[in-house]
Amino acid sequence: MSEHFEPVIVGFLCNWCSYRAADLAGTARIHYAPNMRPIRVMCSGRVDPQFVLKALREGADGVMIAGCHPGECHYVEGNIKALRRFILLKKMLKQLGVEEDRVQIVWASASEGIILAEAVNKMTEQIRELGPLNWNETVLGGGNGHGKPAPVERIPTPEEV
Amino acid sequence: MSEKVGVYICHCGTNIAKTVDVEDVATWAGEQPNVEIAREYKFMCSSLGQDLIEEDIKEKGLTRVVVASCSPHMHEKTFRTACERAGMNPFFFEMANIREHDSWTTDDKPAATQKAKALTKAAVDRVVHNQPLEPIPVEINQNTLIVGGGIAGIASALELADAGYHVYLVEREPSIGGHMAQLDKTFPTLDCSACILTPKMVDVGQHPNITLLTYSEVEKVEGYLGNFSVAVRKKARYVNEEHCTGCGICIEKCPYKVIDNVFESGLGVRKVIYRPFPQAVPKYPVIDTDNCVYFQRGKCKACQLFCPTEPNSIDFEQEDEILQIEVGNIILATGYDLFDVSKIPQYGYGRLANVFTSLEFERMVNASGPTDGKIVLRDMETPPKSVAIVHCVGSRDENYHKYCSKVCCMYSLKFAHLVHERIPDAEVYNCYIDMRTPGKGYEEFYNRLLEEGTHFIRGKVAEVTDVARIDKEEGKLIVQVADTLIGKQRRIPVDMVILSPAMEARSDSKEISQLFKMGCDFDGFFVERHPKLDPVATMTDGIYIAGACQGPKDVPDSVSQGAAAAARVVSLISRGTVMMEPVRATVNQEECSGCRICNTMCPYNAIVFHEDRAVSEVITALCQGCGTCVAACPSGVISGAHFTNDQLFSQIEGILWDVHSEPELVTGD
Repeated sequence: MSEHFEPVIVGFLCNWCSYRAADLAGTARIHYAPNMRPIRVMCSGRVDPQFVLKALREGADGVMIAGCHPGECHYVEGNIKALRRFILLKKMLKQLGVEEDRVQIVWASASEGIILAEAVNKMTEQIRELGPLNWNETVLGGGNGHGKPAPVERIPTPEEV
Repeated sequence: MSEKVGVYICHCGTNIAKTVDVEDVATWAGEQPNVEIAREYKFMCSSLGQDLIEEDIKEKGLTRVVVASCSPHMHEKTFRTACERAGMNPFFFEMANIREHDSWTTDDKPAATQKAKALTKAAVDRVVHNQPLEPIPVEINQNTLIVGGGIAGIASALELADAGYHVYLVEREPSIGGHMAQLDKTFPTLDCSACILTPKMVDVGQHPNITLLTYSEVEKVEGYLGNFSVAVRKKARYVNEEHCTGCGICIEKCPYKVIDNVFESGLGVRKVIYRPFPQAVPKYPVIDTDNCVYFQRGKCKACQLFCPTEPNSIDFEQEDEILQIEVGNIILATGYDLFDVSKIPQYGYGRLANVFTSLEFERMVNASGPTDGKIVLRDMETPPKSVAIVHCVGSRDENYHKYCSKVCCMYSLKFAHLVHERIPDAEVYNCYIDMRTPGKGYEEFYNRLLEEGTHFIRGKVAEVTDVARIDKEEGKLIVQVADTLIGKQRRIPVDMVILSPAMEARSDSKEISQLFKMGCDFDGFFVERHPKLDPVATMTDGIYIAGACQGPKDVPDSVSQGAAAAARVVSLISRGTVMMEPVRATVNQEECSGCRICNTMCPYNAIVFHEDRAVSEVITALCQGCGTCVAACPSGVISGAHFTNDQLFSQIEGILWDVHSEPELVTGD
């Protein structure tokens, strides 16, 4: 791991809450790590797990999905759908050997610029600790690279249950 | 695909240029694929900046435009319009937010410049995949639904009805009037609350443009700006409104009385068939079935027996009705609840008889209230010789509500004045944390009270107790308070204590916000679109908020908000149609496998399944464009306009242009 490693994080921010939270963080001149590069989506529910995989494959060291607080979604419950997908995606990423902290979900309302900024700082710090993802070795290289793939959890057969 | 993209990097004075090397970004951007021209300019949003874009579109034949400047929430519309003026489809424009999301968040110039490049590159790579779109025109239904018949709702309703538009005013209680109808005097002018409110209530009741639905609740809301379809449950009153003349004989003859916990705050009684108060609008009574002897035991029917109308107005068989109404806009004015003061046991409410809440006192001093305006202790006869008024009960308190309830200082001062007025030799103590009296004539009112001889004690009350330590405390309530101005603990023996509870959001405000698909904050107050510049609109188009449902508010503020919300609605109605963002999903029906996964994803039930062809279809008019179905479709055949997979994948590639490395091809052994 290089000493001057600066992670690149792709952020998928929902138009109504977290994108505005990021706007507010800027307007309030809250300084935070410049490592997160935001992409606007209308709702966190639009975040296809493929987007996350694509970003990691294209060289991102982490992905942040940010939406409205549960119960406050502009589209009623898109963020809940996002959360459900996120939980499944995390299981898959674990099997690929991608560390848990690299993909995070964050709730920040339009008035919570500080919460978003702090989440970016924290995540940047966590990934700085983890080092670069190196998708090509970690995932494509059969899991012998930087991140150790977790043992695949065997799904119990109905008889066993 | 070859597009001619024009890229414009804005300095925003020094806002961006101070931390982002704009010249470097522009030079670099000019070298990127598809980019025809890249410029930097001091203020892109200025008319000169916009001219620059328009000229380039015309002279250089640009097919796409990217502006790297502020947040799209600030100027996306400005630049889209500029593109449109030059004959380009506005959706061929893309914005990179290098101010709010970049230059303002760091001092690290190289990092900010690198991030600006990434955001610009993402926009360039995305914009070449943008599709030409047309805004969707939506016709606005001229009817408006107002939920809540307190003073804010009344103000809105009259404003709209007077402008000539129809209003459905839905109120949960049997009468409109809200909390204001319970008050005696209004600060600081000390007008009689009922005297200024009831004429407005009568206006609402008689207005040809207002359909008043009291004792009713909204059950279901469907649709979107301009075309909401709302189901309202009109609860059975057991009184036929067509025949009833409101003579009140049934109320007089009803043999049963119960404690009125709603309007009289538990201080007074009402009959089982009742009107909340004499000036209620509408005038029709309602039967409280929980206490009615006929409904409970099948006997009595006194009201029916004595009803003089022909045919008889009492209808024990009446059932709830569900009314389906169509409206274009909705104003929520659902008001507030008062903090339950028994949650603070050290203040003794419910345990110590002579501890009252502000609303109880308000009813007590009201000339038409249970004591005919006499200030008395719980025995209903002895006037108190000393009264302590405790401010901030549940407000400005880490344990309950952190916010200031805004109105308590003023009405606590009003109470002090009323005690002086009714019982001239009584001592009045106001225990406050800070005296907050901003408003026209408010500070003057405070000064007036200082002259009237009220004792002001700056400090939070620790406890109200009846445990005497010395003789003169015997039989009294003792208010234990830290007087921060003299730096001492004081024990003040009084006869009566009035608690001024916090205004809090309605206990069901979360459910209401979900019903209307709009946001509420952690305290349960509804969230406005912008706290300063758009205080009555919400994030949901066509839904407005007014009054204390948005946050603690006094009467004048509620009235202003009610009128403001009405004005917003009138401006939409008079426009006739509005243009909606064409961000909508569509299913490619040729390729849809009919798995129906998307059907359950849609929170608006906008996706229908055609059984005959076994394919799903998005009803464009209902779709709100969240894209949840697009992400969920396992076949990838739902496309979300302006947020297509192509656009987003390209954006991801662009945003990672500097860290991307081609994966080595894995070949089979």
